[in-house]
Amino acid sequence: MLPKTRPTLLWLLPLTFLAIFYFYPLGRMLQLSLTRSPIFSAPFIAALTSPAIRGVIGFTFWQAGLSTLLTLLIGLPGAYLLARFEFRGKSLLRALTGVPFVMPTLVVAAAFSALLGPRGWVNLLLMRVLALDAPPITFLHTFTAILCAHVFYNLTIVLRMVGDFWGHLDAHLSDAARVLGANRSQAFLRITLPLLAPAISAAALLVFIFNFTSFGVILVLGGPTFATLEVEIFYQTISLFNLPLAAVLSIIQLLISLAMTLLYSRLAAQLSQPLNLRASQQIQTPIRGHKTRLFATLWIGLLLTITIVPLLALATQSVVSFQGQGLRVFTLAFYRELWLNRQGSLFYASPSTAMGISLAYASLTVLLALGLGFPAAWALARDRTAPLNRLLDAMLMLPLGTSSVTLGLGFLIALAQPPLDLRASPLLIPLAHTLVAFPFVVRSLVPALQSIQPRLRQAAAMLGATPAQVIRHVDLPLIGRAALVAATFAFTISIGEFGATSLLSRPEYPTLPTTIYRLLSRPGALNYGQALALSTILMLTSIGGMLAIEKLRVAEIGEF
Amino acid sequence: MAIISVHNIHKTFEKTCALCGVTFGINAGEIVALLGPSGCGKSTLLDIIAGLQAPDQGEVRWQGKSLGNTPAHQRNFGLMFQNYALFPHKNVFSNIAFGLQMAKATPDKIQTRVNELLALTGLDGYARRNIATLSGGEQQRVALARSLAPTPRLLMLDEPLGSLDRTLREQLLGELKHILRKTRQTTLYVTHDQEEAFALANRVVIMQKGQVAQIGEPETIYRQPDSPFVARFLGFDNLYAARARGGVIQTEFGKFPAPGQIEGKVTLLIRSDRFEIGISGPHQLRGRVTGRSFRGSVCRLELTIHETTLHADFPSQQGNIPLIGENIILSYAPGESLQVFDDEHNAIDNHHQTRP
Amino acid sequence: MKHNFYLLLILAALLAACVPEKGPQTLTVMTHDSFAISEELVLAFETEHKVDVQFVGAGDTGTAVNKAILAGDKPLADVFYGVDNTFLSRALEAGIFESYASPLLADIPDEFELDPEQRALPVDYGDVCLNYEIAYFEQNNLAPPETLEDLLKPEYRGLMVVENPATSSPGLAFLFATVGHFGEDGYLDFWRGLVDNDVKVVNDWESAYYSEFSQWGGTYPIVVSYGSSPVFEYLFAEEPLDAPPTAAVIGAGSCFRQIEFVGILRGTEQRQLAEKWIDFMLSPEFQADIPLQMYVFPVNANTQLDETFEQYLYTPDAPASLAPENISARREQWIADWTAMVLR
Repeated sequence: MLPKTRPTLLWLLPLTFLAIFYFYPLGRMLQLSLTRSPIFSAPFIAALTSPAIRGVIGFTFWQAGLSTLLTLLIGLPGAYLLARFEFRGKSLLRALTGVPFVMPTLVVAAAFSALLGPRGWVNLLLMRVLALDAPPITFLHTFTAILCAHVFYNLTIVLRMVGDFWGHLDAHLSDAARVLGANRSQAFLRITLPLLAPAISAAALLVFIFNFTSFGVILVLGGPTFATLEVEIFYQTISLFNLPLAAVLSIIQLLISLAMTLLYSRLAAQLSQPLNLRASQQIQTPIRGHKTRLFATLWIGLLLTITIVPLLALATQSVVSFQGQGLRVFTLAFYRELWLNRQGSLFYASPSTAMGISLAYASLTVLLALGLGFPAAWALARDRTAPLNRLLDAMLMLPLGTSSVTLGLGFLIALAQPPLDLRASPLLIPLAHTLVAFPFVVRSLVPALQSIQPRLRQAAAMLGATPAQVIRHVDLPLIGRAALVAATFAFTISIGEFGATSLLSRPEYPTLPTTIYRLLSRPGALNYGQALALSTILMLTSIGGMLAIEKLRVAEIGEF
Repeated sequence: MAIISVHNIHKTFEKTCALCGVTFGINAGEIVALLGPSGCGKSTLLDIIAGLQAPDQGEVRWQGKSLGNTPAHQRNFGLMFQNYALFPHKNVFSNIAFGLQMAKATPDKIQTRVNELLALTGLDGYARRNIATLSGGEQQRVALARSLAPTPRLLMLDEPLGSLDRTLREQLLGELKHILRKTRQTTLYVTHDQEEAFALANRVVIMQKGQVAQIGEPETIYRQPDSPFVARFLGFDNLYAARARGGVIQTEFGKFPAPGQIEGKVTLLIRSDRFEIGISGPHQLRGRVTGRSFRGSVCRLELTIHETTLHADFPSQQGNIPLIGENIILSYAPGESLQVFDDEHNAIDNHHQTRP
Repeated sequence: MKHNFYLLLILAALLAACVPEKGPQTLTVMTHDSFAISEELVLAFETEHKVDVQFVGAGDTGTAVNKAILAGDKPLADVFYGVDNTFLSRALEAGIFESYASPLLADIPDEFELDPEQRALPVDYGDVCLNYEIAYFEQNNLAPPETLEDLLKPEYRGLMVVENPATSSPGLAFLFATVGHFGEDGYLDFWRGLVDNDVKVVNDWESAYYSEFSQWGGTYPIVVSYGSSPVFEYLFAEEPLDAPPTAAVIGAGSCFRQIEFVGILRGTEQRQLAEKWIDFMLSPEFQADIPLQMYVFPVNANTQLDETFEQYLYTPDAPASLAPENISARREQWIADWTAMVLR
């Protein structure tokens, strides 16, 4: 049974996975790059220390920090709303705010363009109302667009990670402070905030690393005047073929991410407190009173505006005809066209086929990520502060902080040669997705595993349960909720992923995102319309998936 | 006049009435116990008095003035939670000092007061201890010390001894009484345990389904429960549906003399601790002993009379307690042993009873 | 319920793990992500040569080329398709291809054959040209530009959006067009003029075309796209149109021709099949399939094209020309200089 397993044994599987599918490809790529030319030459050092590169590093920090701050500012009150109040449509709100996480960058760019672009709904409306000749709002290719897109993407991380924790935090703690004379803000700052700190810092770290390694958003929504490290790595690798410089930049990015992660785990060890977590039903109350109602309305509105309105604009665009300026007519032509393979192409996939392929990859990712995540989480849950665990905990985050351009190239090169020839294997994609999903899965599972009291297992054993039955009847139901959160992350990461998929996929097995990109890269109303229509289908699929998971979470597992 | 009072408090959750018109007051320096089964609305009432929740109707008054617009942190009430709600990220000292810091006391004062409370609650030397390392009893003391530190105008304790073992409970109950009496602390003590309430309180408020069932001094309540609910809650289980007619109460297992003027459906309470064995008293009951359980100071017999069971308690040291299977006769005096509640569950005054 | 879920997952795993084994041998073709082909053509090839053709996607052109190069002498596939003339020198210098003098090269005009050693064989081409929205110019009584020089005129101020050559392949092609047309000494002056004339730069074709071009979601009536974009606007319109809504500028030297090549990867163990595949790609059957699958055009002169293409495809008479060696030697410098001039 579990408590007897040695930590090293538990780490065996996840570490083997990381070694083969992370360290080996990355190491191989870095080695190939760095051996191409001497890196300690004067021109190389000069390039590395040039003001342009320093500017890029500075900007990467600046935009990531600011985006993270904004995400927290909007996300924390939202997390409070989800944690402390019970209201109708809450599951739907949770599911809806999670949809952006699934959306590929180009689709998001199309969505923002449909809403705030020069001919987007907002500008069209303003032009009509104010009788203007030119669109009054410039949004695309601005710093604001980068910040908005980052908040749009990452809000769900804060809402879920902090909201979930907050929802189980004993409400009496802040009540106790209030009765002892603390006003609302004092009670929040001195009691709730410090107790939430581990969850907030965990979420902030993930958001920061996501923003720090941001690529698509910067490229497509930010435009050519903005460059992060990842964009620079792409530029050096693809445009200039300066692989040594790209490799060094990758290493810099990796080291910074690693430093942030280590800082976090140190912080987390200091911050985390043994807490008596409560069932959320005990904590949540209906929305009452004018102030609360006003706050709830405002924040639900804000969350929906940020996450759903752009997607709604996209969905609307997918059912209106482009013909004729100004006049827009309802049409389902793009959806009908999706089901036709006019050119008899080998790589054509109907939406249902693409969805099937996407779902198969996503299911495999869930399976792999949970299968590898469980032992790692178990090992971590036993003692998070053990030196080995702390190091390995930080290591789990590395794939997120790694340049995807570098890792993507390394993945195919290293894994396409004997002894490990996976180049034609469809498994490559779920394997790559698992790398990304892994830290999310582990982070969702550890707190739940830590919360199981050994007494419960002993009680079950006394009642005659075999070790397997103990796991089935005690452990699994108790961590079921967390496992579902973990599964949701793995599922959503996989279903919307484009970068790795496009690098590794067999074109005969297109996923929803790769099909959308193919359509989007071609001129013509039917192609563009189909891309929007398929994006809408991807959106609805993910809403459906997340709602199903929300339902499961309540009906079958319940709260601990 | 009561220093703190609640008036006609109503609170509804999803159409169920948690509190439906609760009114009572507490005098300065008095300890009032709020007694009731779980789910009767006690904790909600505490939240409302503390200002953590707003009532749907009614108000909380301090010296006659409504506290409706005073937020929780300005009421200067102490509240000790059932689970203690100790701040896990602060040590013992910082937990106790929190209220004083909020009141902007000087560091010197805080130091003095916290030490005072550590001494009062028997926690000397615990100041730097981490909360997670404390036992249940120690946590309870820290929670008490924390609520007492800012010298609250009113201290409310929500099932403070609920999760502790019996010996520790007895011990802490004694200490608590001592501390509260010594500091002349106005206290509202919430519990579902009548022994705790009776041992500690000057007065007891019994609640049932969001309403006050009875208010009074412990002895009065024990001697004269106002309703079958209170009687059953206090542990009296010889309660029978009956019919009163012409001064006689007819039950399924026999007739009893009616106390006072009453006709129609009634509930009869026969107290279990007032019987004597044999025919010494004015009235008798005949039955067969079908159960016998020894409970330390008393021995409880289960008597079956025409398929109805009745309990009778006798002091354990009494020598002649019958054994199972014996047919016995018990005597009782109606004035002491019988109590009748009418159809609306109001007690009928015993003193005007007439003997048949 | 839970059991069913796990069952489903395992099923999915099995399904995804099953790689269908069709033929006795396998030919692996590595391509960029714009590659497409008719199913029946592939089936015919597979039947004729008793082979199972497997396609491996490798990202966009630049990424795919990098991958092929980094794999070194242990090739990731037998055949690589998709290197274009902007990346050709990089691939040839790395020596990733084996020479193959396909007999079908006879049918391909010399202008497409950039590698005299026949390691990379041309398959298709596309012309990167300026596009404009016809309606805009009609409504504003403005003559559309005809040459690159026209773009510097004040009447075209703020009307044009281009892609960043560092991140976009048509963007790079257009930069090459300006270098070819104005020469290495003159192209930066031209770009300075464009900047003064408020040219808008975005990173990718999708943003330029669908978010900024006035035919779609934007306000700029001139965009860098392909000479074929108008005909595809016509073919893939929502409702049948009388004529394309956009047109391309094909004045002297204003376009740059992208040519895509196929080659046999050095170290393949399927040399003979690889040769067959290359012959197949250069054959009129495959060549005729190209336009509607990949939106580019066949190099084989014997290919019959659809009438619509004859009518609406914009083909420049004299696209700007740059020698591959020149591109190879100078591309990074041009991109860097352009970036310094236009973006900083």
